[in-house]
This record gives sequence, structure tokens and C-alpha cells, in this order.
Amino acid sequence: MRRILHRPEFGAACGVIAVWAFFALYAGGSGFMSQAGSATYLEIASELGILAAAVSLLMIAGEFDLSVGSMIAASGMTISLLCDRLGWSIWAAIAVAMVLALAVGFANGIIVVRTGLPSFIVTLGSLFMLSGFTIGMTRLITGRTQVGGLHETLHYESARAIFASRIGGYSVSVLWWVAITALATWVLLRTRFGNWIFGAGGAPDAARNLGVPVRRVKITLFMTTAFCACLIATFQAVKFTGADVLRGTGKELEAILAAVLGGTLLTGGHGSVIGAAFGALIFGMVQQGIVFAGVDSDWYKVFLGVMLLSAVLVNTYVRGRMVEARR
Amino acid sequence: MRNHPRLRALLGSMAILLAAACSKPEAPKPAAPAGTTEAPASAAPAAPKKDVKIAVVTHGQASDTFWSVVKNGVDNAARDLGVTVTYNAPQTFDMVAMSRLIDAEVAKKPDGLVVSIPDSNALSQSIKAAVAAGIPVISINSGSDAYKQLGVLLHVGQTEYEAGFGGGEKMGGSGVKNALCINHEVGNASLDLRCKGFLDAITKAGGTGKVLAVNAADPTDSQQKVTASLAGGGIDGIMTLGPLGSNAALAALKQADSLGKVKLGTFDLTPDVLSGIRDGQLEFAIDQQQYLQGYLPIVLLSQYKQFGVLPAGGILPTGPGFVTKENAARVIELSKQGIR
Repeated sequence: MRRILHRPEFGAACGVIAVWAFFALYAGGSGFMSQAGSATYLEIASELGILAAAVSLLMIAGEFDLSVGSMIAASGMTISLLCDRLGWSIWAAIAVAMVLALAVGFANGIIVVRTGLPSFIVTLGSLFMLSGFTIGMTRLITGRTQVGGLHETLHYESARAIFASRIGGYSVSVLWWVAITALATWVLLRTRFGNWIFGAGGAPDAARNLGVPVRRVKITLFMTTAFCACLIATFQAVKFTGADVLRGTGKELEAILAAVLGGTLLTGGHGSVIGAAFGALIFGMVQQGIVFAGVDSDWYKVFLGVMLLSAVLVNTYVRGRMVEARR
Repeated sequence: MRNHPRLRALLGSMAILLAAACSKPEAPKPAAPAGTTEAPASAAPAAPKKDVKIAVVTHGQASDTFWSVVKNGVDNAARDLGVTVTYNAPQTFDMVAMSRLIDAEVAKKPDGLVVSIPDSNALSQSIKAAVAAGIPVISINSGSDAYKQLGVLLHVGQTEYEAGFGGGEKMGGSGVKNALCINHEVGNASLDLRCKGFLDAITKAGGTGKVLAVNAADPTDSQQKVTASLAGGGIDGIMTLGPLGSNAALAALKQADSLGKVKLGTFDLTPDVLSGIRDGQLEFAIDQQQYLQGYLPIVLLSQYKQFGVLPAGGILPTGPGFVTKENAARVIELSKQGIR
């Protein structure tokens, strides 16, 4: 029991239960508890959760990646343009988008470790650049800002089965989310690389003296966040048979929020991927729960703010009790 | 989580907040004195209507006055009919978020669903799922080309080609022989249709016309392009497709001292456009009457739920309505109230 209380994700787990109970009480009758209702918030949570898993690893290593928001738009557009304009197979387009994403992640990482600039600033720059590139290139090539018709491309059906099918009424992205969260958790807690991540964020100088390749760890993690952003873009492009230049706007902050809800510290060196998954779940439940509660969408952000702040408060409160319990 | 008074207080206050913001148009019930049981409600005819629940999901952003008018239509219809309506729109022009709002509303099993369809590719799955779940769906504003394939019952809105054609007829009727159609957003298919309709009508009336593409993001560029076209002489009518184009055209006409000499018509109402019509600088504005795009679907769906009656499919045109010098003053009054 004491061991469970000490886990960073414990507070977030309580938050999930609290938020779920809250909506079950207030919106349970209008479909929040139904299978279809659960499927809608799980779908949102799964996409954000995949991003948050990568972002939380990076934050534990002491860095931020704000560029993931426009990375989603850029990757989705890359896939759509290659298929729509050049008639490529969708798999080839996805592969190219992933290579591009890894390259952007690598560039982010190199700039951060070489210059020593705060990653917040560096990736804010790449957020704007990617966003501008996406809008500019798309308009240059097509004269529009949305590209559709992906369902007519080569091999679309097989891609649909992998990225956008439904299993028992639930989106397949939920499976991806569980798998990626499990993998990231295993890496973080059971491998040498995981120790390096904690070291790079918690005590970089000490880690370096012990021979931890801090730079390599950080570059790898920047590539991971960009890759996960591309994965989400793939889900959305395949599911919605196209892309537009604004997809993913704001996702970078949502992912950081989910990680923080899950007990990851903004200062690095402490956190949990499972916590980030719980954070994403809270986010999804709030986003859709408000609709089920019948609140006008004008109020949506008020509630999001209130719920998230409450969740963080509950989280820290529980952790405070935990510290008392330890004494 | 027992014995945490602070936590309970927190959750309690959240609950109160949420309940307070639930915009259910219910009359406040007088509180029954403690210890008495409430008398059974009288069998008022409006009682079952409250149970009619209609969901509206549009792509209108909060910053767009056009959509505020649609929402006023929705709210007024809900109040007039005494039915329960929820209105949702994504925070930004985000088709993914919009499709998920639709999914959530469908999971609530409403008696009717109203959607706008700006991108039928991205929204088709969600809308088809609503139709498959047996929910009657009406589309509004955009989607006149796609609503049928998706299984939507009716479309309430303006068809772009016909609206442009109506504007062209009006101009041709007032003697315009050589017209320009100013397109401020090249690549937007609905604007192309407006110009096409306009030019077809001008041609039919025995005149000629052409499209002039301008860059909406740069008002100076737009104005100078129009000025350059006017300098050639012979242009006696200009059609613009929205406030961005009409502002540029007005500025160019002022510069060329041709206000009132060259006939100017435009799509969509803004305060500038309305005062321009009142003062005789513009001939007319084509009005979608989007208030009706909010109001009518609520009426149709609630009647459909109660009595199973519905118009026999097709497009219910809310436009083109014309604002001219005759009715400009009244429209200005109504636009202040958020109805036009």
C-alpha cells in the first residue's frame, strides 16, 4: 500500500475516478456512461495519450517540445498531398511523413543540445516555422487549405484497418495507446535508457560524469515526440480521409497538461507515463463530458480550466497526504 | 477519499458550477415549503415538448458575427417552441473536434440533429453514424452539395450559384452591361459558384463580365487591383462576394470618384455595407438570412418528432434575400439585435 501511495501517478488515478464519478452523476443519464459515449472520450484520450506518453518522457529528461502541434498538421498534410497530387500508395506517404517527422525531431534535438538554448524557445520557433510551411506549401501546391479524398488512394483499406478501424465499437487507436504507454513505461522503469532519462532531467551534470550520454538521450526523445505527433496525424488523416492546415493546433499544450496532470514535473527528473495516460483520460472525459452535461460550448473552456485545476489540486493534495503518511 | 472535507467541498463547488451553467430553458420552479409534497404538475399541453431534445453542431467560430445570428435563431426557436436545444461549435475551425462533438451528441440520442457541413470528407463518418442511429438530421449553411449522399433529410441554406444568379439578374435589370466579379478567396469553391452564377445572369441579360481575383489578406493590393480595372473605363457594375471584397471595392470607387456611378452589389451584411446601402453607395446586398438557418431546423425537427411531418426533402433556400435602400433602415435596426 505504501508503495502505491508513493507512485507519481497515484494522484492522477484519483483524479480520473473523481472526474468520471462527477460526470456519471451529472451526465450519466444522457449517454456519458453508454458504450458510444465512452468510445468518444476514449478516442480523444487515446490520441492525446500517445502524444503525452512521448512528451512526458521528454519532460522527465528536462525538455519541452512545443512543435508537436504543427508537426501534426505538417505530417497529415504531407500524407494527403503525396497521395492526392502524386498518386502514391498511402503506406509510402506515411513512411515519408514519418521520416520527415524524425528529421524535424532530430533537428530540434541537435539545436537544443548544441546551443544550450531553452527547448521551450527552440521548439516554439519550430512550431511557428512548421505551421507556416504547412500553410504556405499547401496553398502553393493546391490553392486550398484542406485536402481530402484520401479514401480513393492505393492500399487505403489496409491502412484503414490498422489506423482507423473500430473494434467492438471502440477506436483502434485505444489499442495503440495502451501498447505505447506500456512500452514507454517499460523503457522508463525497466531499462538502462530509462535510468538515463531520469538522470538527464534530474541531475544532468552528475549523469554526464557517470558517463550517461545526455545529448543522445535528449535527441532520441525529441525524435520520439515528433514521431508520435506524426502517428496521430496518420490516425486523423486516415480516419477523416484528408488533412487541413490547422489540425493539431493547441495539442502541444494539451499534451504538456496531460503529462503534468499525471505527476510529471515541469522541472524534469520526475514523472510517469502511466500518469500521462491518466491525464489524457481526464482531458478526454472533460472535453466530451461537458457535451453530455448539456452545457453550451461557449462555456467549454471555463470547465476545462476548472476541472483541470481541480484535478491538479486533488493530485497534489493526495500527494501531500502521502508525504504526511510517510512521516 | 472519505473524511476529506476540503476535497468534498471542491467537488461540491464544481458540481454547483456545472449545474449553474447548464443552459436548460426551464422556468424556475417556486420552491416548495419544507415538509410539503409537491402537487402534481397540471397537464399543460407544452409539457411533452420539453422532452423534445435537439442538438445543433456547427463550425461557426465565436469571433464570427455571422454565426452569432444563427445561434440567436436557434435560441429564439427553442424559446418560442419550448423545446430543449443544445448548441455546440468547436473553438476553432477544427473538423476533427467538430466530428467529435457530433459523436458525443449522437451518443446522447437526441430527437434531432442539426449540422453544418463545411468539409463533407471529414464529417461524413460522424453524420452517417447519426443517420444510422435513426436520428433525423438536417444540414444548414454549407453542405448543399453533399447532404443527400450522407442521408441528411433536408438542407436549409443558400445555394451559391442561384444566389449569384439572383444578384446578376438584379444588376442586369438595372442596366449593367459590363460587370466585374471580385473574388477575394481564390480556391474557395463556393465563391467560384457565386461568380459563375452572377456572370451567367449578366450574360443572359445581354451584358459581359469577368472575374477579378484579389488578395484578401492585403487590402491595399485588393483596392489597387480594382482601381486598375476601373481605369480602363467601361465597367458599370461590380459584384463582390463578401465584406473583404466590398471594402476594397468601396475604397477603389471613392478613389476613382465613381461612387454611385458604378453599381456595386455584395454578398453578406456588415455595418459598413448596410450604411453604404442606406447612403446610396451600394445598390444591394445579398442576404443569406442566416437567422432562418438557425430557426427553421428547430421548428422542422420538433414538429417531426411530435407529429412525424416534414417537408418533402430538398433544399430550403434561406437566400438570396436582398437588402436595398428601401429596407436598409429596418435591417440596420435588426442587425443591432443580432437577427440580421
